[in-house]
Amino acid sequence: MSLNLSDVKRIAHLARVQIDDADAEIALRQLSGILGLIEEMQSVNTDGIAPMSHSQDVTQRLRDDVVTETDQRALFQSVAPAVEGGLYLVPKVIE
Amino acid sequence: MINKSLKELAALLAAKQISSVELTREFLARIARLNPTINAFVTLDEERTLAQARAADERIAKGEAAPLTGIPIAQKDIFAAHGWRTTCGSRMLENFIAPYDAHIVQEFDRAGAVNLGRTNMDEFAMGSSNETSHYGKVRNPWDVERVPGGSSGGSAAAVAARMCPAATGTDTGGSIRQPASLCGLSGLKPTYGVCSRYGLVAFASSLDQAGPMAKSAEDLALMMNVMAGFDPRDSTSLPREKEDYARDLGKSLAGLRIGLPREYFAEGLDSGVAQVVQNAIAEYRKLGAQIVEISLPNNKLSIPVYYVLAPAEASSNLARFDGVRYGYRAPEYADLNDMYCKTRAQGFGAEVKRRIMIGTYVLSAGYYDAYYLKAQKIRRLIAQDFVEAFKHCDVIMGPTAPGTAFKFGEKTADPVQMYLEDLYTIAVNLAGLPGMSIPAGFAGNLPVGLQIIGNYFDEAKMLNIGHALQQQTDWHLRLPEGV
Repeated sequence: MSLNLSDVKRIAHLARVQIDDADAEIALRQLSGILGLIEEMQSVNTDGIAPMSHSQDVTQRLRDDVVTETDQRALFQSVAPAVEGGLYLVPKVIE
Repeated sequence: MINKSLKELAALLAAKQISSVELTREFLARIARLNPTINAFVTLDEERTLAQARAADERIAKGEAAPLTGIPIAQKDIFAAHGWRTTCGSRMLENFIAPYDAHIVQEFDRAGAVNLGRTNMDEFAMGSSNETSHYGKVRNPWDVERVPGGSSGGSAAAVAARMCPAATGTDTGGSIRQPASLCGLSGLKPTYGVCSRYGLVAFASSLDQAGPMAKSAEDLALMMNVMAGFDPRDSTSLPREKEDYARDLGKSLAGLRIGLPREYFAEGLDSGVAQVVQNAIAEYRKLGAQIVEISLPNNKLSIPVYYVLAPAEASSNLARFDGVRYGYRAPEYADLNDMYCKTRAQGFGAEVKRRIMIGTYVLSAGYYDAYYLKAQKIRRLIAQDFVEAFKHCDVIMGPTAPGTAFKFGEKTADPVQMYLEDLYTIAVNLAGLPGMSIPAGFAGNLPVGLQIIGNYFDEAKMLNIGHALQQQTDWHLRLPEGV
């Protein structure tokens, strides 16, 4: 499938990355090149092959339902761009 | 001093012929002299480093030293280290002081090693040349007009220029092995799940694996003894007994079956690199190994599969960088969505944005089956190639990278050209196997790495195979001019 400029802008929007028209043109060319590389997969017959996500085919470990984390809010919020009263500050979303 | 093995340095420390503070100062002085050119380190903190060295000296004086106590180790800037700036090569984390330690950093601290500083890398480990770092390119000590490889290029250049005795790296598609090859050092990517990913800034979680980078295979073994081990905080960490990775060093290689994949010696391989690799294989033959021709028929699919899976996982992992909880936030924005979009546009570099967009696309509604699921299925075919191959051989050998170190800018115009750098390394990550690169000689004046791929959990055997060559050759001890 080939991409066009509006696809690139839609992808950028989904990825929450601002992109201007000039950069979108460059991205279109480069993403199309990468998708061309990826396209090679479509010629492979994968009927009946199970998808693989971990080489050891391990299952998720379970642990006892006990509290393991301590309260480190102040420490973790010390690296935040904007906090007040223990809360993260963001622009208003509800009028 | 600078060319001594970790074992030799430990012996000097134990015999009180040198203190950890003296040793650390020597490497800090080398960094001060060489780093302005090489740019291998992005953050240094002499006070913190020397405090660790003094603590190590006290520990040695009390007779409580472990094998790496007092030895300065450089950390790739991808591992969170409490109180250290941890940038991952990105503007996004330019002012991020990690509030906790990665598992591996904890293990080095426990061993009494000295954290020498933070090494430069491709942004979020996405790159094969170190040119995507927000903190400037790293130069290859063998030729400062050429790249050191990537993404662990800072660690590789630091070891190659002997600015540190050893360093840590991470490898998602070749990021330990390829820079090790291009800079003439030894590097090991362990079996997926052997080293904890806790506190490692995530790129592609099903592929990321930490590992050591050092002069020799023996040094890698000592590093692995510290780095490897089960950690419940990493959901994919494998619960296994602690093992001694140096246990096989010195064993005979008689009867070892070395598989040479014909796909690794086909079109795309530089002839000078091919010659060096063949010479190394001839050495192994002299050591009693047998050569078996094998095939990895799906190897060429590893690049397309990787460039679906890795960006998909990256787009998901990097969604956390939103300018809210930590990291960069754009100075001006209209509303919340605008804040996200501007923060990410300004905080991420071009390659990272490219991969996030590819990942977003292949995971988007209507394309998931055609791309992501398809790639996961072919991933199994690639892994099965290795299962089949290991029925006929004990280890696989070939080149680590298709060429030697290339010039800055040579492969930046076309991302696809850069991606082909990892033609021989990516399949190993997809299969989750251990892979290693050791110096095998030179093509022109540039180092060439031999790749050794083992079966799952065969690291100790591979390290001995690397060690055996390093008993016969001195490629790993050669120094670039001017260091």
